[in-house]
Amino acid sequence: MTSKFKIAYGAGVILLAALAAAVLGALVLKAIGASPLDTYVTIFTGPFKDVFGITEILVRAVPLILVGLGIAIAFRSGIINIGAEGQMLIGILAATATALALPGLPRYLLLTLVVLAGAIGGGLWAGIAGILRARLGVNEILSTVMLNYIAAQFYTFFLRGPMIDPGELETGSGTPQSMRLPESAILSHLIPGTRLHTGLILALVLCVCVYFFLWHTTFGFRLRAAGAEAKAARYAGIHVPGSLVMAMVLSGCFAGIAGAVEVTGVHHRAIENITSGYGFAGIVVALFGALHPAGIVPAAVFFGLLLVGSDMTQRSAGVPANMILVLQGVIILCIVSAKMYLNNAYTQERAARFFARFTAKAAPESTKDGGQS
Amino acid sequence: MTHGFVYNILLLGVPFSVALLLASLGEMFNQRAGVFNLGCEGIMCMGAFLGFLPPYFLKTGPLAPYGILIGFAIAMVAGIILGLLFALVTVTFRAEQGIAGIGLQMLGWGVAGTLFRHYVGGVTGVEGLAAWAIPGLSRIPFLGELLFNHNPMVYIAFLMVPASWYILFKTPWGLKVRAAGTAPRAADSMGINVNRVRYQALMLGGAMAGLGGAYLSLCQAKMFADDLVAGRGFIAVALVYFGRWNPVGIMGGALLFSLAQSLQLSIQVGGIKFPYEFAVMLPYVLVILVLSLTRKARMLGPSSLGIPYNREMRY
Repeated sequence: MTSKFKIAYGAGVILLAALAAAVLGALVLKAIGASPLDTYVTIFTGPFKDVFGITEILVRAVPLILVGLGIAIAFRSGIINIGAEGQMLIGILAATATALALPGLPRYLLLTLVVLAGAIGGGLWAGIAGILRARLGVNEILSTVMLNYIAAQFYTFFLRGPMIDPGELETGSGTPQSMRLPESAILSHLIPGTRLHTGLILALVLCVCVYFFLWHTTFGFRLRAAGAEAKAARYAGIHVPGSLVMAMVLSGCFAGIAGAVEVTGVHHRAIENITSGYGFAGIVVALFGALHPAGIVPAAVFFGLLLVGSDMTQRSAGVPANMILVLQGVIILCIVSAKMYLNNAYTQERAARFFARFTAKAAPESTKDGGQS
Repeated sequence: MTHGFVYNILLLGVPFSVALLLASLGEMFNQRAGVFNLGCEGIMCMGAFLGFLPPYFLKTGPLAPYGILIGFAIAMVAGIILGLLFALVTVTFRAEQGIAGIGLQMLGWGVAGTLFRHYVGGVTGVEGLAAWAIPGLSRIPFLGELLFNHNPMVYIAFLMVPASWYILFKTPWGLKVRAAGTAPRAADSMGINVNRVRYQALMLGGAMAGLGGAYLSLCQAKMFADDLVAGRGFIAVALVYFGRWNPVGIMGGALLFSLAQSLQLSIQVGGIKFPYEFAVMLPYVLVILVLSLTRKARMLGPSSLGIPYNREMRY
């Protein structure tokens, strides 16, 4: 079997999984009387009609990349982080508080502090689940889901109480939102007239950092070893519970950074529903990107497209925005199902033999390749 | 009739526990068979929505009196279908169960929300199930009102506790379920089809989660909203740990949670100054506490929980 065939096999399995997801999504679209084909066409081509649409894809991709990176670190280290949504919210709270407390600082210092505050907020929040898992064996999926609900309530409590914009109280409208961030804490725009901000650069730089961290540092190796085979890692002298906690904290840091970037780059103040499901979409992005930074960037752009496109279908075709959750759900189910066939030498071999029959007739010289396996 | 603060908490708490109890008993069968079904939340969402539809559409017409019954039936069927889907993914395709569960949760939540927006639109109430006082028993002073004056689903749910215990510990099928979750290889060598048992357990669990969801929309809230289930599916999963995979323990856990919830409601109604957000947070904090304090219990759990069974693998 050639390495080319292995790649083609992998791509084929993923394409089949994507097709299955599309068919399942189409069933739901049929159920609400929308045309699946038209909806998919709108989702995948609508955003490309103008520059704004294209930049909007990237705007959505930035938090997805950041959250996806964090989740990839956790998954690679053997701990599942479903709590990115809550970690983002806590990160946003910390970042907003920092920006509002220190408006006089010079721009770069302030922005660094704001992003750091977001990272620390998200990291500490995730650390709770990490410590509970390492010390008390609490299932981290359940605890992170619960921490999401708790964080959401914390967030609304702060927006309605201690951090509410004094202007809202004066006018009496009482919209739960914070004050606008000082100008020095707002990320500049990459292209004037669009919402694309410099957070994109930060996200891409962090991608490279994560790659080097996980595959070219001892610390990263320890995390991955503990995730791949805990018993062997322990035998090799790695402190597995400690590495689980560290992985979770790091993972939360990235979610927190995503929150800080979102508030300083897009919304410029803490508002309700600010995460718009990025925490969950990030899980799908990380899985779709094969838990690797090089895969996460295109996956994030793809899901950015999906998010912008499904917004458009809501406006043009009346397909509810919840449809994006459906698509994410079926994509997760299809990816995890496809995994069994991705690393399965037996089905790979069978597929190779099956295709070798066709190639043998067309081009006899290629059988040599097929026979060597 | 007023009996004071504590009595009111107890009175509210009993019907509140039903949705959790049903879903959690279903999840117990899943976990006893070795499958960790986090998709319970999504199944409950679908059950809540589909259960709500028939009484909503059949407000007038010949079928109107049976609307609720049809609702419960449809919710169960939907639960079975979603259970089958989850079984296909985790048993046949041997996918990682935790992540697949989150996928199912998103799917159920998303489909329920999408269909709700399209077919119903806004929040609308339905009549719901009326209370049915058991003749005789409901006359018992104090206890009668507390235990025997509820809607029929409450009695059914609490009858499910001994029924599940009997099925799990006293029937051949229950033995197969426990074997599939504890020692699938040994079960396989004794001629038990492990995957088939897991499929059956997931279908049963799905049906019960669907029923629990329908209870929420038909009996408890008497309406449907996107966030009606609000994590109860996940709490139900946690309750299985708390109840040590035993129906009676699970019933205790469900009551503990519903009492916490009714306490929170009573505090708010009673006008005690307490930030609303922190009151809502309470059950979720309780889940984390409960999970932290049941460390030893987990050793008693099904030893193959969460591990897909692969006949071809040799150890």
